[in-house]
Amino acid sequence: MEHALDITLTVNGTRVRHRVEPREHLIDFLREKLGLTGSHVGCEHGVCGACTLRVDGQIVRGCLMLAVQANGCRVDTVEGLSDSKELARLQKAFHEKNALQCGFCTPGMLLAAQDLVLKNKKFTREEIRQHMSGNYCRCTGYQAIVDAIEEVVNG
Amino acid sequence: MGKAELPLHAPGTRTDRGYIGRSMPRPNAARLLQGRGAYVDDLRFPRLAHVVFYRSPYAHALIKKLDFKKATQAKGVIAVLDGRAVAEYCTPWVAVLGHLKGIKSPPQHAVAIDRACWQGEAVAAVVAETRAQAEDAAALIEAEWEELPAVIDMEVSLKGTSIIHKELGDNICFARTHDTGGVDEAFAQADLVVEETYGFGRHTGVCLEGRSILADYNAAEHSLTVYHSTQAPHMMQDIFSRHLGIPEASVRVIARDVGGSYGIKVHVYPDEMATAALSVMLRRPVKFVADRLESFATDIHAREHRVKVKIAVKKTGEILAFDMDDLTAIGPYSVYPRTSGIEGNQVVNLTGGPYKHQKYRGKLNVVFTNKNVTCQYRAVGHPIAVALTEGIVDKAAAALKMDPAEFRRRNLIPDDAYPYTFPSGVKFERLSHHQALDMLLNLMDYKKLRQEQKEKRKQGRHLGIGLAAMIEVTNPSPAFYGVGGARISAQDGATLRLEPTGMVTVLCSVTEQGQGTEGIFAQIAASAVGVSMDKVKVITGDTGVTPYGGGTWASRGAGIGGEAVLQAGRALRSSILDVASHVLGLAKSELEIKDDQIVHLLTQLPKLALSELGRIAYFRPDTLPMNFQSELTVTRHYTPREYGFTFTNGIQASLVDVDVDTGFVKLLKHWCVEDSGTIINPMLVDEQLRGGVVQGIGAALYEECLYSPEGQLLNGNMADYLVPMSGEMPDIICAHIETPTKQSELGAKGVGEAGTAGAPAAVMNAINDALAPLGAQVTAMPFTPERILRALKRV
Amino acid sequence: MAGKAAGKAAGAALKAPAFAYAKPASLAEALELLARPGAKVLAGGQSLIPSLNMRLSSPELLVDIGSIEQLKHIELKNGAIHIGALVTHASLETSETVRKHVPLLAQAVPHVAHAAIRNRGTLGGSLALADPAAEYPAVAVALEAVFEIAGKNSTRRVGAAEFFKGLFETDLKAGELLTAVEFPVAKPADKSVFLELARRNGDYAIVGLAAHNDRFVFLGAGDRPVQFSFRNNLEEAKANLEANLKPSADLYHTAATKLHLAGVLLERAWNTR
Repeated sequence: MEHALDITLTVNGTRVRHRVEPREHLIDFLREKLGLTGSHVGCEHGVCGACTLRVDGQIVRGCLMLAVQANGCRVDTVEGLSDSKELARLQKAFHEKNALQCGFCTPGMLLAAQDLVLKNKKFTREEIRQHMSGNYCRCTGYQAIVDAIEEVVNG
Repeated sequence: MGKAELPLHAPGTRTDRGYIGRSMPRPNAARLLQGRGAYVDDLRFPRLAHVVFYRSPYAHALIKKLDFKKATQAKGVIAVLDGRAVAEYCTPWVAVLGHLKGIKSPPQHAVAIDRACWQGEAVAAVVAETRAQAEDAAALIEAEWEELPAVIDMEVSLKGTSIIHKELGDNICFARTHDTGGVDEAFAQADLVVEETYGFGRHTGVCLEGRSILADYNAAEHSLTVYHSTQAPHMMQDIFSRHLGIPEASVRVIARDVGGSYGIKVHVYPDEMATAALSVMLRRPVKFVADRLESFATDIHAREHRVKVKIAVKKTGEILAFDMDDLTAIGPYSVYPRTSGIEGNQVVNLTGGPYKHQKYRGKLNVVFTNKNVTCQYRAVGHPIAVALTEGIVDKAAAALKMDPAEFRRRNLIPDDAYPYTFPSGVKFERLSHHQALDMLLNLMDYKKLRQEQKEKRKQGRHLGIGLAAMIEVTNPSPAFYGVGGARISAQDGATLRLEPTGMVTVLCSVTEQGQGTEGIFAQIAASAVGVSMDKVKVITGDTGVTPYGGGTWASRGAGIGGEAVLQAGRALRSSILDVASHVLGLAKSELEIKDDQIVHLLTQLPKLALSELGRIAYFRPDTLPMNFQSELTVTRHYTPREYGFTFTNGIQASLVDVDVDTGFVKLLKHWCVEDSGTIINPMLVDEQLRGGVVQGIGAALYEECLYSPEGQLLNGNMADYLVPMSGEMPDIICAHIETPTKQSELGAKGVGEAGTAGAPAAVMNAINDALAPLGAQVTAMPFTPERILRALKRV
Repeated sequence: MAGKAAGKAAGAALKAPAFAYAKPASLAEALELLARPGAKVLAGGQSLIPSLNMRLSSPELLVDIGSIEQLKHIELKNGAIHIGALVTHASLETSETVRKHVPLLAQAVPHVAHAAIRNRGTLGGSLALADPAAEYPAVAVALEAVFEIAGKNSTRRVGAAEFFKGLFETDLKAGELLTAVEFPVAKPADKSVFLELARRNGDYAIVGLAAHNDRFVFLGAGDRPVQFSFRNNLEEAKANLEANLKPSADLYHTAATKLHLAGVLLERAWNTR
């Protein structure tokens, strides 16, 4: 049986209200209903990290959260965090070190990396690698990504 | 051999490489960093329908009955169709080419008719308003099957006791033997013969963006626009045109942002052809995105080989001959249009690659199985050829108690031996094997590492150092596909246009999947014309807009597309100076273009801004001489002609620490020295190498598509199929040599696949170097803890 | 997940089937809803949602217990650490109370998947799923934790060893909910170590070991945590293990290899716990 529900949430600072089916996961909701196609779908079983979003200040996998669970929450996507300039330092470092090639993993990488930046302390390369180990990239081999994050967190 | 002299400007002018050789950040990365790219699944169309494919659960079965009654009535469903219905809109294909003598394969349809030949093959299509609704409906299809014997094992397939396609007589898609003659004699003369059998696990590309296609048919015009995550838009334009019956120029294929490809998205997929056919049939846009489970089951697989190799060596270490027997398992069809015979063919062509022996025999059998189809995937055949060569070379060195680097030094083709014809028949223009070896040993401080290894062994730590020398096919001429009858273009073109405001637009037929194609074209165009890079806009991946060409594959983008851009840039520069000469009343030879200005050659003083020149040429041509017409859009094409393939060379090294209790391998470091000719952007070259190396590491340690004896894919999801993640990967140190090719002014060779070609061999040799004192070795990739523990007899 | 998706891969789907959804505000309301046929608990969703996406399960109704505040505490109570079922892995990771008083659990948490999953996944969810390769069941058995279970009309307590009954099978009856777990407070003389072997950071363990004093509990080596009591020397322990541990093969490792790896972990734990 399908019971559509109304949800209200704040996405990139804007309050939105939509009717969703319970089975719709958050990443599909953002992409299809709100047109926020910056976050990507890579596996839909929670392993690749391409759908990494921020919900109530914490990084989550958008494919492992139902849109209905995001009712009342604050959601940040790569578009919002770009426009607010929160990701600017990481984006600059990524750009200069070519820490992206096809770009499909990049929004997820940035959201996950920003999690480290917000902790406001230094990290070793090993710690950066461990933290980012939930985000799959096929193009870069990861080194440039680690270099870029290292530059931002360690200065 | 220093940096290439690059004549960018007319003789007599100052030679200036401009942006060439500089690590410029890519302009098109900016939108990707903000999530503002345009991948196929991001696009929105009115009346867009979604297609889901109902797929065979069996490896081999007759489709006795398909009942669509319930499915057709499900919510949101537009149509449910079988293979016969789709065949009315899309003709079948046969993937054979004339230059692979004797290759055979049966016709393949967009949606299977009567028989499914691998688990995952599409047997019905469900079109609905949303993807979820289409999946709901697909679950309501009722099917009756009659299972047929499934041929899964390659040796069993070769034996032919059960034949998959009876009409073909056996299971052999393609067989070939290359023999220089004198091989047995060489083995008879050898002081030492070493042999081994190497196994390579079938694996796949795992592009993060699934295969995606959105086909939009316009019934009024009988025209088709396809937004396609593909490497070769013109090739697809030709194929959609011929198989769907739409005139070529009425088919437009657009590849915007592509989320990774590595060769996976350069092939023709039946479900993608079906999607296009459905758009024609239903007269509305139809989209298909392969989800992750589908990707594992239906994206091309690659590299399932069992290779026996023998090497004949003198006690001085001189290699006399290689003798190789390669058996490889493909799926039930050769893949269109490049064929599934090429990978094995490459193994025959490339075995023994870096070495100066004269005698060689290579035997190949490519057999059908009822597993997923296979075809070209990044580095096609090289990973196998390099691993079997470098593996047996290490074994021979060990048998002679010779250092592996020294053994290679005695056998690498000398740096002054070129041009050189290799025993398999391929021709090398100019390589730098010895220079590369020297550079690598220096870069990694080889002697010091060997010392460290010795010391750590005393403490019970098992470090291993592995080397892998290699050659790499790049910039192919029509010798690769065209000569076989494939409508795959080996020539490419670039159109450069000066805009009225002085910007330069570049339209090029080579495509971008993240490697930096558009970035390097901007660098080349800016340098060739004389504008600053931020004034250049590059457009690729649109058959309606760019010149005709081959797209990206076989590491040809920089060498072929780049040369077309360079030539067009020089031609545009010349045309601009023609206009400037008239505007300024000065001789063309007294003028130059620099930093967006026409400058006086001798004084270097700016005379006229390009934006002003543009204004005059486009809006005030009445002020120019009566018989003069400015031509500020120019097109040039380029095809490599002299060499069938422009070979490059490189050498890699891996340093590992093997935990002999758990069988786990820790990758401590990796080095890659590569000679890819003129380097346009060193940072992008490094990143191609690194990405390629990690893909190769995946093959060596982690990745394998596991099938049950019944042909069921056992690990087709991201949790069970192991791709390399950041936690386990080493830092990869890269260094370059530049030996330009003389076939072009740019002198660039290719580099996109080199990392993947050599990494598996380097890692294998490192593991075996670590295990050698314990009397153990591994030969079958991936080198899982299971395989290492068994080799160590711990289990 | 190993092998489960195999037969499904053919008709592979990655959009969940339709279901109804309810979000009770209280435990009582949740238990009322869970009594309905086809009702399933949604806590963190980190295991449930992938299985829904893959159409491996099709519940009628998801009962989202995420807003039941009384299930979210970590507190020292009556000489034990009382942790609500809805406490996330991330909260366990940053809890000073857990680090100080349940060090074995604190050691296990970083092995659970990755940060984004730890932010949503819960202690109760992991225990109730009873994946044989999961970390917490083995830790709970090693520490002799006590599980608090609520039914519509009653509550009960079950020891960890009795809770895990088989492959993805627990003592939870239909309509019951795991509400909290009680761990004993670590004593100064306690010796604990958690070890795990996984190919990649965050992967499910090939085999793992939660060792606490004499108790050695293996994960990934049976259909549920496998407990041993080793009181004497390492040689005897290893012999005992070899004779009695019967792990199943997985996609990549034979049973013999898993047994061997368990032995390696035993030896490593013996010296470092």
